[in-house]
Amino acid sequence: MKITKKEVEHVALLARLKLTEEEKEVLSKQLSDILTHVEKLNEVDTKAIEPTSHVIKMQNVMRDDIVTVSLPIEKVLANAPDRTDEFFRVPKIIE
Amino acid sequence: MLHKLTIHELHEKIKNREITAKDIASDVFKRIEAADGKVKAYLSVTRDEALKQAENADKEIKAGSVKALTGIPIAIKDNICINGIKTTCASKMLENFIPPYDATVITRLKNNGYVLTGKTNMDEFAMGSSTENSAFGATRNPYDLERVPGGSSGGSAAAVSADECIAALGSDTGGSIRQPAALCGVVGMKPTYGRVSRYGLVAFASSLDQIGPITKDVTDCAIMMNTISGHDKCDSTSADVSLPDFTKALKKDVKGLKIGIPDEYFIEGIDPEIEKSVMDAVKLLESMGAKSELIKLPHTGYAIAAYYILATSEASSNLARYDGVKYGFRAKGKDLIDMYMETRAKGFGSEVKRRIMLGTYALSAGYYDAYYKKAQQVRTLIKRDFDEAFKKVDVIITPTSPTPAFKIGEKTADPLQMYLSDIFTISVNLAGVPAASIPSGFTKGNLPIGLQIIAKPFDEETIIRTAYAFEQSTDYHKKRPSI
Repeated sequence: MKITKKEVEHVALLARLKLTEEEKEVLSKQLSDILTHVEKLNEVDTKAIEPTSHVIKMQNVMRDDIVTVSLPIEKVLANAPDRTDEFFRVPKIIE
Repeated sequence: MLHKLTIHELHEKIKNREITAKDIASDVFKRIEAADGKVKAYLSVTRDEALKQAENADKEIKAGSVKALTGIPIAIKDNICINGIKTTCASKMLENFIPPYDATVITRLKNNGYVLTGKTNMDEFAMGSSTENSAFGATRNPYDLERVPGGSSGGSAAAVSADECIAALGSDTGGSIRQPAALCGVVGMKPTYGRVSRYGLVAFASSLDQIGPITKDVTDCAIMMNTISGHDKCDSTSADVSLPDFTKALKKDVKGLKIGIPDEYFIEGIDPEIEKSVMDAVKLLESMGAKSELIKLPHTGYAIAAYYILATSEASSNLARYDGVKYGFRAKGKDLIDMYMETRAKGFGSEVKRRIMLGTYALSAGYYDAYYKKAQQVRTLIKRDFDEAFKKVDVIITPTSPTPAFKIGEKTADPLQMYLSDIFTISVNLAGVPAASIPSGFTKGNLPIGLQIIAKPFDEETIIRTAYAFEQSTDYHKKRPSI
C-alpha cells in the first residue's frame, strides 16, 4: 500500500496535525511500510465473522439520575492554558 | 539495605516493630539518589509527600493498624493520575498537567497505606517498547546502561529492578508491563481486561489498556493484585465479578496442571538462549507434576497487524482531546484551527504523531471496512484461538520477548522493527486474557530473560500458582543488577 504525500496531507488535516515537509516525506514512507505489513490481514477469511470491539460482553451501563458533587470550578480551570473569569478562553471563532 | 527487600519482607518487619515506615522511606530515597542519575527511571521524585505519608503510616502502626501496604514505597507510572501531583505521560503536551483527582488504583493504594516514591518514565502516552519515546529522555536498563529497559512502562520496571522502589504500577496495552518486566528481570502482570479500574489512567487504546503491578517476586504481585483489583462504578468497563484473595494462590503445587506450548511462538528470529530458558522452565514444572502439550494459536501471525490498526484507531480518537483548550500545552495560532494544529505539532513527539496518523487513516472515509473492521474481525479469531486452547490446557507458556534488552538507538529508525518486539505479548491484549512475565534466567551476557504465563479470563490465580511454583524452585528472582 502506497501512501502519497497528498494523502498524508489530507489525513494530517483530519487529525489536526501541522507537519513539516520532512515529516510528510518520512510519514509517507513509514505509513506505506506499516500498511503493507497490515495487508497480511487479507490472507484471513473473515466472511461471517463478527467484529470484536470489546472483549467483555456488555450493555450500556447506567447510573441513577442523582445529583452528585462535581469538581469545583477553580480546580477544573487550574490547568487551562488560557481563561477569563469562569471560562476557557480560545482564539476568536466568529468574525 | 531496606530498599532491597520485598513488600512481604518489609511488612513482617513493620508488623514486628523492627523498623518504621520512615526508616524504609529514607533508605529508598537514599537509593534513588545513588542510582537514578544512571538509570533515569523517575520523571519526578516526591520525597516530601513520601516522608509525610511515612509519618502517617508510623502513627497508624503505633495505633496497631498495619494494612497490606502500610509504609511500602511504591512508584507510579506517569500516566496514572494522582491528585495534586504532576502527571505528564512523558509528553510535552502534559508537561505541566496537575490532575485534580486520584485514579481509582491510587485511592486503593492510599487506603492500604502506601508511600509514593514518584512518577516513572515511559514512552510518550505509553506508545513504544523501549522508553526511548519519552519527551524527557530515555531510561536505562539497570543490567546494562547501554541498553533499553523495554517499554512502555520502562521507568517502573527499571525502578523495581534497581531497588529504587519496592514495587510499582505500570500499564499494558500491547505488552507494556510484561516486556519491560522481562527485560529488567522482574515480575509484571497484566490482569484480565476489566479486572482493574482504568479510571484515572490516561487513555491510549481503551479496549486494550489495563493497569497492573511490577514487583520483585510473585508473592508481591499477589499482594498488589489484592489491592488494586475490583469493580469500580467510575469505570463502566470494569467487571463486576467476585474477587479472590490472590495470596491464597501462592502454593507450590502444580500437580496435574496442563501447560500449552503454542507452536506459533517459537518462530525464526527468537533468541536461542530465550527459547532454551523457556523450554527448561517447562521441564522444571513437569518435574513437579505438570503436563505439557503442543497447542495451536493459528492466528498469532496476524496479531501485530490487527493491533496496530485497532490500537492506533482508538488512540487517534482518545488523543483528539489534546487541543490546547481545557488543559495541557497550547501553541499560538492565527485562528482556532491553526491553534489546534500548532499545539498538536509542537506538543506531540514523532511516535505519537505517527500513530495518530495511522489511526486517523484507518478510520477515514473509504478505509474503515478495509482496515478497522477487518482488524476487529481478526481480533475475534485471535480471541477464539485462546478460547479453544483453554478448553484443553490451564495455562499457556511462551517467551515474553523474542530478544533480551536491545541497545539504545538500535530500533528507533524503523518503527516496524520496534513494533515486532511486542510479537509475543500483543495477542493477550486483543483477547483480553490475563498474563504475567516472570524471570526465567539470564543470557550469557547477563541480561534477564522473561517467561510469559497466560491464563483464561479472570483466572489470574492459576498464573500466580504456576509462577510461584516455578519461582520457589529457582533463584532468578533474587538476583539484582550490580548498579
